[in-house]
Amino acid sequence: MKGEAFYHALKIMDSVCTGCTHCMHLCPTSAIRIKNGKASLNEAACTDCGMCLKTCPQQAIIVEQDDFSQIFKFSYRIILLPTVLIGQFPEDISEEQIFSELHNMGFHYVMEVDKATEILSEETRKYMEKNSHLRPFISNSCPAVIRLIQVRFPSLIDHIIRLKQVMDIAAIYVRKKFIDKGIPAEEIGVFFVTQCAAKIAAIKCPVGEEKSSVDGVINMDFIYNKILLAINKNKDKPIDKVPEQYHLTPESIRWTLTDGEASHYAGRCLAIDEIHNVIEILEKLENDEITDIDFLELRACDHSCAGGALTINNRFLTIERLQKRMENYVKNHYHTVNKMPQYRDFLNEQIRLTGKILPRSIEKLDENMLIAMEKMEKINRIMKVLPQIDCGACGTPSCRTLAQDVVQGKAKLNQCVFMQKILTKEGLITPEESMELSAKIWGAEKFNK
Amino acid sequence: MEFNFNIEGGNFSRAGTASSEIKKILKQLNVDSNLIKRIVVALYEAEVNVVAHAWEGNIYVHIRPDAIEVTVADKGPGIPDINLAMQEGYSTASPEVREMGFGAGMGLPNMQKNCDKLQIESEINIGTKVTMLTYLKPQ
Repeated sequence: MKGEAFYHALKIMDSVCTGCTHCMHLCPTSAIRIKNGKASLNEAACTDCGMCLKTCPQQAIIVEQDDFSQIFKFSYRIILLPTVLIGQFPEDISEEQIFSELHNMGFHYVMEVDKATEILSEETRKYMEKNSHLRPFISNSCPAVIRLIQVRFPSLIDHIIRLKQVMDIAAIYVRKKFIDKGIPAEEIGVFFVTQCAAKIAAIKCPVGEEKSSVDGVINMDFIYNKILLAINKNKDKPIDKVPEQYHLTPESIRWTLTDGEASHYAGRCLAIDEIHNVIEILEKLENDEITDIDFLELRACDHSCAGGALTINNRFLTIERLQKRMENYVKNHYHTVNKMPQYRDFLNEQIRLTGKILPRSIEKLDENMLIAMEKMEKINRIMKVLPQIDCGACGTPSCRTLAQDVVQGKAKLNQCVFMQKILTKEGLITPEESMELSAKIWGAEKFNK
Repeated sequence: MEFNFNIEGGNFSRAGTASSEIKKILKQLNVDSNLIKRIVVALYEAEVNVVAHAWEGNIYVHIRPDAIEVTVADKGPGIPDINLAMQEGYSTASPEVREMGFGAGMGLPNMQKNCDKLQIESEINIGTKVTMLTYLKPQ
């Protein structure tokens, strides 16, 4: 992480955004304001949770991705798939077909990232034994939750398990595997298919490590379309045999679904999904209202990664598809040879996060407590004159955020429509001036009807 | 700066709301996060004590540049033997209250642990007043 700049894959397209305020009201860190009729993002507060994208009725929020042709910069190309990708496809499309089409697209090797969960869960167990003073442990798996803790719950940072993400462990492993086969390191490109924006941020701007082991990201919706089109085109041809095994143990398949991690560990483990639910639990944890918890699996999306912002399939259908996949594994006596344990020593050396997870509090009104107290008094005074209906017409999510923005010099009190009416009635501003103020927030075109 | 919050006796569903509100304020004032944790933990214990034992109560928070003073006063049965109540594990909570996961007898000891100065005044059948002082800088 470099300085104050935070990479966000979420982008608001001004040409499509109508400033409808849906995202502004839902954002769990109040990172969105409306200016000139468009949503605008406070980059320091955004956690890449993707709530804004999911709620946007205009599809004006997108997840920026690397150009697909970037893969050809590397002569040996590896693609890492989360199991949720398999869950996007109907049951009559097999894993082998999906793998086969990825080979046709130019990938030399296909690997499911969740294979690495076996090693990660073992190491997590050891980590928890060794660091029992840091209970309750918070899973490191959801990058949006890590960022949420940094900005809103910095006192809980020490509870985050300081191990790498599954995708990084898988990338380190697969790269080493092919280096050992004699392929020069610089020719190997490892690409991760992502179900959400938070994983992209974790790759481009990692927390707790210098650089991610993943070279590039491919959005799930993009690769899904590409695979499906190819399968439809080749549906009459026999499937090309693929060199990899395409079965995965039920434990690995389950990992990114809710309770996939928590069910692995001993003691009192909780699995919580959806970011507002996560916030509720973190509040309680911070107050010591809940104690005696050993492990917390916290995921930003509803129904965990099955509900990721870049998924296509309905999340309940995805879960059903993956459950069938688990059942098939057992029913057909599939067997997966996981060669990763052969690299255990090598991976264990690199599995820990070496950098710091820094607090990035967005709550403080000022570094200096005395100034912060003055500002708070000012906010309380402003709150008394505001209508407290949180209508959002001022371009901020609530009366309180307007008051905060005013004392921080980021907004003016007369952005409030109630204030404008009072000021107009008392002759302190003209109706035209009131119009101008509103036009600044909502864009002039909204008033030219 | 001063803040006041009311506590409703017997209503466990609201226990912790005042603590959360005060936590928000302290975060905004950029109080050190470890200190916030101590203050809020102590306050939460006090808040739950009022809910579990008293009829009604009030939290008064005084934020000073050097320290944060929290006073939790209630109208309630009072504490007959404060020294006994200060012992870990000693509890007078009813079985119903214990069933809800409260009343383990760690309230006052936890409050003691999480503040710099604890003062308790209590009168039987009138009420209890707990004052907790936490210095912002090591003394």
